[in-house]
Amino acid sequence: MNLNNYIVLSGLLFSIGAVGVLVRRNAIVMFMSVEMMLNAANLAFVAFAKNSGTYDGQVVAFFVMVVAAAEVVVGLAIIMAIFRSRRSASIDEANLLRL
Amino acid sequence: MDLVFWIPATLAVAGALGMVLSKRAVHSALFVALSMINLAVLYLNLSAPFLGMVQIIVYTGAVMMLFLFVLMIVGVDASDSLKETIKGQRLAATLIGGSFVAVISSMLSSTITTLQSDLATETINAGGNVQAIANLIFGRYVLAFEATSALLITAAVGAMVLAHRERAKPKLTQRETSKKRFEDYALAGKHPGPLPATGVYARHNAVDTPALLPDGSIAPNSVPGPMQARGSVRPVDEYDLQEVKDLSKGELVIELDHEGDHESK
Repeated sequence: MNLNNYIVLSGLLFSIGAVGVLVRRNAIVMFMSVEMMLNAANLAFVAFAKNSGTYDGQVVAFFVMVVAAAEVVVGLAIIMAIFRSRRSASIDEANLLRL
Repeated sequence: MDLVFWIPATLAVAGALGMVLSKRAVHSALFVALSMINLAVLYLNLSAPFLGMVQIIVYTGAVMMLFLFVLMIVGVDASDSLKETIKGQRLAATLIGGSFVAVISSMLSSTITTLQSDLATETINAGGNVQAIANLIFGRYVLAFEATSALLITAAVGAMVLAHRERAKPKLTQRETSKKRFEDYALAGKHPGPLPATGVYARHNAVDTPALLPDGSIAPNSVPGPMQARGSVRPVDEYDLQEVKDLSKGELVIELDHEGDHESK
């Protein structure tokens, strides 16, 4: 059991999620990429908790999960509201605030 | 080789890559579910059984199903359009993403040399994992836990407010819809009757099978719109087409024998 492997995996997943947010234009896929980044952070928390032999990292990961669930609920409701008014889930369509 | 790390890790990375690379949002959602399940295995591996179970229940069970529900509402043909609305956006995004990967990897490479490389081998779950987490949540982190409850109820109310829609016009009665249908027929020539049914052949009668007109061409609207948008209309069998043509020319006659079976000459 090597801590470095877990940390490298966490960084890899986080990078893939970040690239997904930047490259994809579909709001739902971008949301999934954000979830992937949150999960990568969780993995690092749990790995460090195991390394230090305490539970604080696991508790923080648990709170991250709760916040992520709440965030998904509100975010998907916003995406649905935008889709209703614009008939599109592409974030480039929502440009009302643009100068 | 530590297979219980490497197998889930490979699958998790594969799921993440599939999420970014697959064109349809539904495929992305399924790839994310794959990633989440494998992360749960990794949590179990890191002696966090409670988090592993919560990961499966909350992420693959609740969050990804929520994503799939929204995808069903937003539409199956909601794939990314290939044209860029902002010029050079894709290139810039790839460049910035690549530099971000470089930053992360350089940070990791400087960090992992200073980390003690082996995970603590002594079991940290001596008094029970769930009990220890409960002690922390209801002890040191009880304020955060209470704030979480406020967050959850705010999210639930917010989602209801955002997803609620007032009916702008009163619901049409059956009489009004019928009147409107024939108004459309009179003004725009829209067919007032039902749409043509899908094709029914001996081999398949699924909804992706188009109906054929007497001349052998495909009847428009006989396949539901979303399936046409996805391009999953079943191609017409050449043999069936030839049969229809021969029948219409009178070169092929189908006779029924007295038992009701088809017999073609």
